[in-house]
Amino acid sequence: MNTKKKVVAMLLAGGQGSRLYALTKNVAKPAVPYGGKYRLIDFPLSNCTNSGIDTVGVLTQYQPLVLNEYIGNGQPWDLDRLNGGVHVLPPYETSKGGAWYEGTANAIYQNIRFIERYDPEFVVVLGGDHIYKMDYSKMINFHTQNDADCTISVINVPLAEASRFGIMVCDEEHRVKEFVEKPANPTSTLASMGIYVFNWQKLKKYLIQNEEEANIKRDKGEKWSKDFGKDIITSMLKDGQRLFAYEFEGYWMDVGTLDSLWEANMDLIRPDAKFDLTSKEMKIYSRNNNMPPQYIGSDAMVQDSMISEGSVIDGNVDFSVIFQGVTVEKGANIKYSIIMPGAVIKSGASVEYSIVGSDTVIESGAKIGKSPENVNPGEEWGIAVVGHNITISENTVINPKDIVDESK
Amino acid sequence: MSVNNKVLGLIFASMHDANLLDLTKHGTMGSVPIGGRYRLVDFPLSNMVNSGITDVGVITKANYISLLDHLGAGREWDLTRKHGGLHLLPPYISGSNGGIYEGRLDALNNISAYLEKSSAKYIVCANCDVMSTIDYRPIITKHIDSEADITLIYGKGEYDFEKNKDEKYGTTILSVVNDDEFESAMLKPPFKGPSNIWLESFIISRDKLEEIVSLACSLGKHSFTKFVLQEHKEEYKIKCYKVEDEFKRIGGFTEYWEANRMLLDSEKRQSFFRKKMPIFTKVGDSAPVKYGIGTVIKNSLIADGCIIEGNVENSIIFRGVKVGKDAVVKDCILLEGTTIGEKAYISGIVTDINGEIKENRRLDGELDKPLLINN
Repeated sequence: MNTKKKVVAMLLAGGQGSRLYALTKNVAKPAVPYGGKYRLIDFPLSNCTNSGIDTVGVLTQYQPLVLNEYIGNGQPWDLDRLNGGVHVLPPYETSKGGAWYEGTANAIYQNIRFIERYDPEFVVVLGGDHIYKMDYSKMINFHTQNDADCTISVINVPLAEASRFGIMVCDEEHRVKEFVEKPANPTSTLASMGIYVFNWQKLKKYLIQNEEEANIKRDKGEKWSKDFGKDIITSMLKDGQRLFAYEFEGYWMDVGTLDSLWEANMDLIRPDAKFDLTSKEMKIYSRNNNMPPQYIGSDAMVQDSMISEGSVIDGNVDFSVIFQGVTVEKGANIKYSIIMPGAVIKSGASVEYSIVGSDTVIESGAKIGKSPENVNPGEEWGIAVVGHNITISENTVINPKDIVDESK
Repeated sequence: MSVNNKVLGLIFASMHDANLLDLTKHGTMGSVPIGGRYRLVDFPLSNMVNSGITDVGVITKANYISLLDHLGAGREWDLTRKHGGLHLLPPYISGSNGGIYEGRLDALNNISAYLEKSSAKYIVCANCDVMSTIDYRPIITKHIDSEADITLIYGKGEYDFEKNKDEKYGTTILSVVNDDEFESAMLKPPFKGPSNIWLESFIISRDKLEEIVSLACSLGKHSFTKFVLQEHKEEYKIKCYKVEDEFKRIGGFTEYWEANRMLLDSEKRQSFFRKKMPIFTKVGDSAPVKYGIGTVIKNSLIADGCIIEGNVENSIIFRGVKVGKDAVVKDCILLEGTTIGEKAYISGIVTDINGEIKENRRLDGELDKPLLINN
């Protein structure tokens, strides 16, 4: 029997992240690098630790190798515990057969027994693809103060963008009246951040109910789903359960697309940096690679950038994020770009407004991406992306907005 | 051969602290910061781990709180083990010993209970005042094959008595025949030139070590160099092993300065920091370095957690250093947590941990005579 835990966190990390395409071909989305030395999953894991939550289930499904290795025993996040700690939970087989996770609600449903071992009062459900620092214990306090059944963390977004999100309509007491997924004509600007606090017994009841209902629909050949927002939240609202919106103030970024991943990295180095990773408050932890400090050579020009350990910079780096162990040779130019761990940018290569994947080699004279001001009339502009572990040969040109996932 | 079960590592964390008084006053030689993010103990400790030695004792003396804090349970070196692992061996006082040791031999006598429990047949001993990245495996094999009692590890290097003479402890120069036959050892000899410099590390067969230690201590002798390598050298089968790796013995402040600056040389740096033999250290969980607009950075080694808004040249910058706007840092070593105010100009300076140089200040040391700014 395990020690009782007040809170268990369940982290949904099985997503393929198909819109991140070239960067998630062989790695799950939560393992995508961000911010010079982190991976996306560092944020929810560090937030858990910083909020005093020491029991975390990580639900994996898509390409879990890198992610599993990265999480390991959870030590970097202080989640190697005798009781609790971090547990990777892949889909499994039972005597009645096995099943892949069929949606976010089903993933938790299949792990009811894991949660029950800790007999928690509250279950916190988290996503693995958001950049933010948040003390979940404040949200749990808000949840108990309101005597809520479910609390959903929300953030105020500009009205023009509201139709991209799941939108909550609330009354003055923050009680959720209505939830609409991607509304065409939004009547509120409170977007769901995909962070939920549930009373465990209540959630369990709805998970079982959703599972049964969806399976009946499936048997009848009707449309079915096993999803948190769409099914669990909607059913709870319909039944008049107490759902509350917890308004989060601070930096939050959904890095679901290549453009937003690039933006979120740039947010770290803008002169009026919107997000600070250097502060000691709510520190973000990551697995360390044992690399020496970075070396900036005599011919280098480095400014307005973030550069991580193990990198050797002899070229020019301007307004960019350089991860661990990157080599930038003399005469290489990097501007407004993200260079992921272990990549090599050879002399005379130029990388502008681009993302270069881990361990990729950009040979001499290759040109990746372009500044918007240099785009020819009629030419399309956007961030160029070169995937992980490939080679772009000498003098090859990768146009803006191109996505390359094979050596060229 | 499985090295693991047979070899024990011993690191002397406090040997020769007096050589670096300014930097060891709050700690031991082993906890002296080096190379941006390391402590001197990281080199011998990582060398042992990378050589497959998973049972390591670290012998401390006084002021070992910072060393304890750094090493913890040895997790960063993968030494948190059920079998073997890291053992910190502080001095203790009992009827049969004097507590605080003076030399290597009475230090070893102090830990005889620890040695008795070990099943190791061979012991690798290393000091913390030599920075080097060495694979001990071929040396251990050679030691076993040659049936030596003791194998001394040395490297070829420039020796200069003038630099060495003020040192409390000095460099030991070996006279070696055919690269591996030990002839004699000279402590601080008065000459200059290319020499066989002992790296203060050796491999010794465990039964021989116990024999030597009990004999020496019964005679009141403490110095390994004097007692074993000089007075009783005929009685033991002593061999030498030459390593081709880069190394730097840190006998004083000038050599400490030189050791750090060696790491600015790309070839030398690659010899100390190899992909297959990483130097492990305590993890700081600092963010990557953030450079401000208009910074000019040249030939510098910069650790994570720094915020650099000024200019840095030919310098080693440790973790969590802040360099203010329009400040100039030239030929400096800035230890962890140092703050350099806006528009300050410093050259030839070594700052202490959490040091502070106020804005607009100007401080000049010389390249051959750097200034240490104590807090």
